[in-house]
Amino acid sequence: MTTSASNSQTFDEAALVERARTGDQQAFGELVHQYERKIYRLAMNITRQEEDAEDVLQEAFLKAYEHLDRFKGDSKFYTWLVRIAVNEALMKLRQRKGDRTVPLDEPLDTGEETMAREIAVWADNPEQQYSKEEIQRILTDAVDSLKPDFRTVFTLRDIEEMSTEETAEILGISIPAVKSRLLRARLALREKLTRQFKRKGEDVFAHL
Amino acid sequence: MLTCKQFLQELNDFLDETTDQDMKLRLQKHVNECPNCFVIVDTTRRTLEVYKGMEPQAIPENVKTRLWAALEKKMAARKPPSSTV
Repeated sequence: MTTSASNSQTFDEAALVERARTGDQQAFGELVHQYERKIYRLAMNITRQEEDAEDVLQEAFLKAYEHLDRFKGDSKFYTWLVRIAVNEALMKLRQRKGDRTVPLDEPLDTGEETMAREIAVWADNPEQQYSKEEIQRILTDAVDSLKPDFRTVFTLRDIEEMSTEETAEILGISIPAVKSRLLRARLALREKLTRQFKRKGEDVFAHL
Repeated sequence: MLTCKQFLQELNDFLDETTDQDMKLRLQKHVNECPNCFVIVDTTRRTLEVYKGMEPQAIPENVKTRLWAALEKKMAARKPPSSTV
């Protein structure tokens, strides 16, 4: 059994997809190995629940396997897989009782709420003031506090590092909608982290 | 000079360096002259850096086991006919 799939240097997505499309199950298995962690992280970031994230992980790979013949190769396989996983994750959010539905293309906001309230310089190495676990919790809590549609756009753009165009395509929303949500998400996270990481006991402009 | 509100609307393109040269200069001028926006640019940039540096969570072993069990079941059910002859 080869272990080359775990080595991104030699990982050839297109070749594996081609083999998988002709029924090579081992090739599909290698694709799963390559992307399972990223898909699980994506699912956790959007759903924020372990049980839902597990369902999303399974459904995404099972559907990808089942519909591999529909993958046309005009985007990257990973982008196609992410699209399936995001759809599954959004469906989970909609199914949750008491959770507001996730509008896929709500009217553009005018930016009225795009304000920065917490303006403070960060400490030089704020991460050194916290343990790895504490940092992880601070980052996760901040993402948790975002509305699902902002969280989803932030996850795709800034964690998955998809382009604005890819994000718009995956979510089925306009490019201006992606940009506006990303701005709101980034500014909201900046506020949250600033509260934790700001330089203590100093006036905001003391450094100037 | 751009107002802070106008600057904030362009913040993403400024951070992602996707503005044209003319806008870039106007935005840079604003940052140089506005201490508040200077701090916002710096802390937003650092926010993105912290998230980019976040390690992907490992999949819990039992979740992984169940994923592979589900996949194997699916694959067994869809074995190409030639393999059973």
